[in-house]
Parts: sequence; structure tokens; C-alpha cells
Amino acid sequence: MNKYVKESIFKVLMVISVFIVIAYLVMIVGINVVKGGIVLIKNPAVVVTAPGPKYLLGGEGGILHAILGSILMVVPSTCISCAASYLIALFLQVDYIKNKLSNKLRVVFDVLWGIPSIIYGIFILNILIITNRRGSLGAGIITLALLQMPVIVRYMDEALNSVPNGIRESAYSLGATRLETAIAATKYALPGIIAGVLMGMGRAMGDAASVIFTSGAGNSMPKGLSKSAASLPVLIFQQANSFYPSVREHAYAASFVLIFIVIILNTVSRLCSKHFQKFTLGSGK
Amino acid sequence: MRKQNTRGKLDKAIKCLMAIIVSEVFIFFAALLVMLIQRSQLILSRYTVWELLFSSEWDPDKGLYGFLPAVTGTFFVTVLSLLIAIPISILSAVYISEYMPSAVKSYFQAFIDVLAGIPSVVFGLCALLVLMPFTRDVIGPLFGVKTTGMCVFTAALVLAAMVFPVIISITVESLGILPVGLKEQFLSLGATKWQLIEMVLFRAAGPGIISGIILGFGRAFGETMAVVMVIGNKNILIPSLFSPGQTLPGIIVGSFNEMMSVPEHQSALIFISLVLFIIVLFFNILANIIKNRLKSRWRYE
Repeated sequence: MNKYVKESIFKVLMVISVFIVIAYLVMIVGINVVKGGIVLIKNPAVVVTAPGPKYLLGGEGGILHAILGSILMVVPSTCISCAASYLIALFLQVDYIKNKLSNKLRVVFDVLWGIPSIIYGIFILNILIITNRRGSLGAGIITLALLQMPVIVRYMDEALNSVPNGIRESAYSLGATRLETAIAATKYALPGIIAGVLMGMGRAMGDAASVIFTSGAGNSMPKGLSKSAASLPVLIFQQANSFYPSVREHAYAASFVLIFIVIILNTVSRLCSKHFQKFTLGSGK
Repeated sequence: MRKQNTRGKLDKAIKCLMAIIVSEVFIFFAALLVMLIQRSQLILSRYTVWELLFSSEWDPDKGLYGFLPAVTGTFFVTVLSLLIAIPISILSAVYISEYMPSAVKSYFQAFIDVLAGIPSVVFGLCALLVLMPFTRDVIGPLFGVKTTGMCVFTAALVLAAMVFPVIISITVESLGILPVGLKEQFLSLGATKWQLIEMVLFRAAGPGIISGIILGFGRAFGETMAVVMVIGNKNILIPSLFSPGQTLPGIIVGSFNEMMSVPEHQSALIFISLVLFIIVLFFNILANIIKNRLKSRWRYE
């Protein structure tokens, strides 16, 4: 076979596969936006009404409990895990421990990242069983914090690693302590750090498998840390196969809201990194 | 002088705090492993690992815990989805990084990033709405089989879609960091672009591509929700790809309600988690070793 013929064959194959990927993914976003959009346009109040007494049997109500539950679980868990991850990521830098050791620690975080989220759920569930408690908002927060920690740590670590050595060296040469140097390096790594936090948040936002065991997943409004709470992904999972069309439609609406939140998070992360890049580009070179 | 002291003390205090938090993570990791092992002792004391993994009867009411249907289900779903995803995503990643004009490229990458962040339940919902009827009405008749659409094949199709962004973004990234000189030298010898890709780029970016594939495997393997929504959840040995099946994470979610009551059943489910954990651990360490090996062998700097 002529090399030019081969070239054109593979080019066609590549175009086809790009096309498949685009079609596939446009379809996935499109179908959710269309289906959920129709429900939301017909009845926009779904998003702000609490579920009624016979909600799962096709009764009155909306998905406010899941939206609130998701926000109440994701925001505190992101804050907790953000603070912890920042300290861990700094610790993994050469300033504190040797490179060999930190490479080994990184493997642990990679493994934690790769563990299916359902195992986190089982772990917390077992602790709940041992301590004789039931699934609650607080347990959900802890699960999600653990779940997103490895993601945030690895992103922050990558971002801090890409800081030019000159910044650290000049900070040390001025007599700064390790902490002060780390803060200077953080400013440079900020775009990557924010991207990591939002990635973790996205993971926590969309994960159903871990929360379904631990947060109780009832259909009542979240009332307190020790009470059960619903969340959007769990709601979609439970209602997508329901017999009642109205219940099913609420799952579509919920998935619309979820996709909307994910896209917003992504856009914010992009805008933030652009904004902060203005201050950092070239300052280390 | 005094100020210097407080600064030094603060630095040391923060270092201690960091060390505590890092060791906390290790305690969590160890606790996870210990808990999984300890809680699956009950089932392991009655049956051997071999009996559990390779017997095909699953009936918790009668005390039969055979994971073979779920093991084969997981295996087929994962392998099939990777067979679909790997060629398509590598070819499109090559196209994105080598042929696409750079203005379009950044938009495309943003698009892929958004997709990587889309939650799995949304994929599952979409599969329920589109892929299930598609398998039932188009793919099924094409192969001459009758199927409800709730089958292993549909699950593999969804998983393939979830693996695309992982492999594509890592492959594009590892092709992007190759030095331009490498490409220019080879092209100047009169090679076509595909020859360049085949002979040089795939080798030079090899470690990145392989770790992308392993990460994609991890995502497909551990995925729970999207699969549970479309696979049909029947705990039988699958006769064909178009019949309902079960996966290991699927059993755990499916038996969630019964899990609290029977200790033996509970222990069986925790044993499944242990198996998942060990497999993920194994593949992660393997990926790491491969990456380091290949990095030292294929170095283009």
C-alpha cells in the first residue's frame, strides 16, 4: 500500500472518530437539556417547591429538597477538603520532605482517586452501623469531603509543582520561612489550584454511589446535620425508572439542573484561571 | 529578633499540622483496608475465595453467594466498552492534536473538559432515554436478536462514552508536550503525517497514552450508577451480550435495602468491595510501574 493512500485512509478514520465523539457527547448533553428544558418551561416552579407527602407516587411537589441537599452537602465538604488538601499538597513539595518519599505518597493519592466511589460509601456506612447511627447530612458531608480530597490534592500538587524554581529561591534568599515561601508559590499556582477545587466540587456534586448509602436519601427537606438529606444525583437515580410520568419528569429536570451546575463550575474555573494568569505570567521568568 | 521567633514557630506549627493531616489520610487508607478485610471475615470463614468468585448461584435467602455472574458481567462490560473507546478516542485525540487548527482546538478541549465533569447519573439517564431504544430497535435487529435494550451491550456503550474524555484529554496532553523538533526532523525526511504519527509520536507519547488507557479502565471498571440504570440487574450468567446482566458494584447498590438485615449478606457485599479495592490498587500500581519504566526507556528531551 502506498504511504499516501494509507495517510488518507487514516485521515478519514480519524475524522470519523472525531465525529462519533462529538455526536455522542452532543447527544448526551442535548437530550438532557431538551428533556429537562421542556419540563422546566412547562412548570418552572418544580425547582423551588418542596416535595409533598405522596411525592414519589406522582403526588404534588418539586425537587427543592434535592437541590438544597446537594448544595448543603457539597459546599461544606468542599471547604473542609479544600483546607486539608492545601496543607497536604504543600507538604508534598520538596520544601518539607524528600522527593522520593513524596512520590510514594502521590501513588497513595492516585489509588484513592481511582477507588470506586461506592467503596467510600460502604466505608462510611460501616462506621455508621458500628456507631449505631443512621444516614444523615453530616455523614454525607464527610463522605463527599473524603471523596474529593484526592482529586483536589493531585491538582494542587501539579499546580504547585509547575511553579518556577526561581520564585521559591528568591523568597528563600530574602529570608522567608517555608510557610511564607509556600504562600508566594501559591499565588503563582492559583489558576491550577482553583481548577482543582472546582474539579473536586464537580465530582462531589455528581456522585450518587457514595451518598446513596450515607446521606439517608429520603424525600424530605434537609433539616439538620443529623437528619437525612436528599441530593440531585440520588434523586435522578431513584426516579429515572419510575412508573409515574411526573416523577420521571422531575428526574429530567434534576439532570438539567445538574448539567447546568457542572457547566457553570467549568466556566468559572476557566474564567478564574484566565483572570489570575494575568498576574502570574512572565513574573517567574 | 522576637518577630523572627514567632515566624519560625508558626512555620514549625504549620509543618506539624501538615504532617498530622497527611498521617490522617494514611490512617483513613489503612482503616479502609482493615475494615473491608475484617468485615468480610464472616463470609470468608464459611466459603473459600474460590467458591465465592467462581460459583454461579446467587441466592442470599438460601445462603448461596456466587459472584461468577457479576464477575463475568463486569469483565464483559469493561472490556467491550474499552474495545469501543480505545481506538476511537486515540484516533480522535491524534486528529485533535495534529490536524486541527489551534483556534478550534482550544474550544474542543474545553468541550472535552466539560464532558469529563458530567456526572455519571446523567450519562445513565441519557442511556435510558436514547441508547436503550437504540439497542432495542437498531442494533438488536441488525444482529438478529431480540432484546429489551436493558443489556450488557447498552451498558458498554454508555461506559465507552464516559471513557472518551479521560483517554482523549490525556493523549492530547502527552502528544502536546513532545518537542516540535522531533516532528520536523521526521517530516523533513519525506515521511507522511501518518508515518510520523505511527512511527514516532505513538512511541514518544506511549507512556502517556498507556496511563490514559489504564485510567479509562479504572473509570469504566468502578462505574456504578450509569451501569446499574441500564444493565437490567439480573444475576445470571449472561448467555449473550444482548441479555441483562449484573456487575460487581451493581450488586452492592441493588442489595442496599437488604444489606442491613442479614449479617452474612452484608459481609458478602463487603467482600465485593474488597475485591474491587484490590483490583483498583493492583492496576494503579501497575500503571505507575509501566509509566516509570516507559519514561526511562522512551525519553525525548
